[in-house]
Amino acid sequence: MSDDILLEVRGLRTVFDTRAGQVCAVDGVDVTVNRGECLGIVGESGSGKSVTFASVMGLVRSPGRIEAGEIVFDGTDLRKLSPRKMQALRGRDIAMTMQDALTALNPALTVGEQLAEMLEAHDDDLPRRRGARRAAIQARSVEMLTLVGIPSAGDRLRQYPHEFSGGMRQRIMIAIALASKPRLLIADEPTTALDVTIQAQVLELISKLRAELGMSVVLITHDLGVVAEHCDRVMVMYAGQVVEEGPTAQVIRDPRHPYTRGLLASIPRPALRGQPIRPIDGQVPDLVDLPPQCRFLDRCPEAGEACRHLIDMHPAGPARRARCIRIAVPETEKA
Amino acid sequence: MTFTRFLERLLQLIPVLLGVSVIVFVMMALTPGDPVQIMIGDQIVTPEQEAQMRRDLGLDRPVVERFFVFLGNALQFDFGQSFYHRRPVSEVILERLPATIELTVVAMLIALFTAIPLGVLAAVRKNSIFDRIATVGGLLGVSLPGFWFGILLLMLFAVHLNLLPVAGRINYGISQGITPYTHFLLIDTLLNGRFDAFRNALAHIILPAITLGLPMTAILMRVTRTAMLEVLRADYVTFAQAKGLSRQRILWRHALKNALIPTVSVAAIETGSLLGGNMIIETVFGWPGLGRLVVESIFVRNYPLVQAAVLLYAVIYVMLNFFADILYTILNPRVKL
Repeated sequence: MSDDILLEVRGLRTVFDTRAGQVCAVDGVDVTVNRGECLGIVGESGSGKSVTFASVMGLVRSPGRIEAGEIVFDGTDLRKLSPRKMQALRGRDIAMTMQDALTALNPALTVGEQLAEMLEAHDDDLPRRRGARRAAIQARSVEMLTLVGIPSAGDRLRQYPHEFSGGMRQRIMIAIALASKPRLLIADEPTTALDVTIQAQVLELISKLRAELGMSVVLITHDLGVVAEHCDRVMVMYAGQVVEEGPTAQVIRDPRHPYTRGLLASIPRPALRGQPIRPIDGQVPDLVDLPPQCRFLDRCPEAGEACRHLIDMHPAGPARRARCIRIAVPETEKA
Repeated sequence: MTFTRFLERLLQLIPVLLGVSVIVFVMMALTPGDPVQIMIGDQIVTPEQEAQMRRDLGLDRPVVERFFVFLGNALQFDFGQSFYHRRPVSEVILERLPATIELTVVAMLIALFTAIPLGVLAAVRKNSIFDRIATVGGLLGVSLPGFWFGILLLMLFAVHLNLLPVAGRINYGISQGITPYTHFLLIDTLLNGRFDAFRNALAHIILPAITLGLPMTAILMRVTRTAMLEVLRADYVTFAQAKGLSRQRILWRHALKNALIPTVSVAAIETGSLLGGNMIIETVFGWPGLGRLVVESIFVRNYPLVQAAVLLYAVIYVMLNFFADILYTILNPRVKL
């Protein structure tokens, strides 16, 4: 494993046992996150993007379980760690923010307490003596809230989450996640619950902190626009699989998978004013008992007989891969 | 909560209490049986003597007039003379009240300290053997009649095993020489430094308190379990896990603090219903409290005492509800009364 790689997931398979049968939410996913980079994960609801990273954090809830694969973080296979060691690693080395800060912050605890417990759990540099410890935690908490741009942080620590605006809550959640200076931040839909104007602020904040703290960021989103602006590389997921990955600029300029093309075509763009937005027809397949064929087959405008068997990821240029058999014939792409 | 809001809530008590006193008064007046006849019993009295007794007790007046006299006096905390004890009703009630409060508080504490941990464990180990036993046990706890369960406990622990006393609050010999600072025996014995008496009082209270608290324990356990199951699915529990907090902290600090919000409200209201349970339990265990006094007073048609006691129950019940609302706002920072 190269020194540049912080997180490497190989062949991850996470399933949920339901009454209707086994749902394979994540099916053979490989992810690589390099040190200091921002990786965007794009896909619609149910594509497995959140479950993939819940698996990385060891937070898949029953009836879900990881069936296969290895998750190597900085040289350690996380699946082989004891629950206690995994707990120590969560928050300290890999932190996560959730989609909606209103539900992710505990309504019955003050913001200060929710920040302080993060520091208590992970910060080994805190003084041992009680008074000094309290003062140090207070100082660090104020520092973190100030860092994410909450004014008069000292007073606001005593307030409850509902006393803040939506954008502030999101920034507080980020402050909590970053309080122990993690090496990897998994930001799950950090802007979906926010107004457009606040969205930009929050994303700017994450980018700024990434540069300052030198951490890697995984940005899970269904918004390709967000990815285009903030991510070095992008991974597109569909029905539990990665269908395309590569450097963001290249993927957006020249998408290789029909699904990625569909996603890009369904974004309203000022340059294309007057032209109808083209949504992708059809629906994501039911993840129970999937037939052995391309998962995008039913919705693909370019599908043919050759797509009726399992498709692997194919190299599509330097550092690029896509799960489509048509990559071999680039001339047909722009059709 | 602001002070005006607090006053407003207090003022709301007035119509409630007025309504309760009307209902109690009418009910007692409609109940068959004549207190004078019951007091006379087998004695031979002349009609003049009987009429004199009736006049002395004010029973020769019409019901409506009696009600307003009662109300007027009640406003001055004068509830009249107990027919039976020939002493002011308030005096008789205050004498018996501490025993009942003591029993109720102990029953409530037992219920809280068993129900909440059991409910949390049942939720955490949902569908386990423990959860199933707790659920079935909870159902039994609500449905077993207190008088029957109490007698079973008495037979086992007092009669067969001879471990605990059968009735009363404390042994007569032991209770001598204890200064009643608070009239709560468990506290007074300790304040007097009489640990032998404390143990004796504790032995007396344990069975009635368990019997009284059983339905409340069962209900609270189920409320806690349901609330915890709900809370454990919440995003903030996932986020707390993602923060790498310990399981214990997530459970008892993050989850329970939210799950307690419904539990505490139910607990306060259930404590009110313990008062009703007291009448039966105190009778079964020969507990010298208000509940037993009320039962005895109903039998002898001791109107003034029953009226005053029921009014007192109503006040306590309404106050507990009031208290539950205040607790709710303390536990739930999102709510402002």
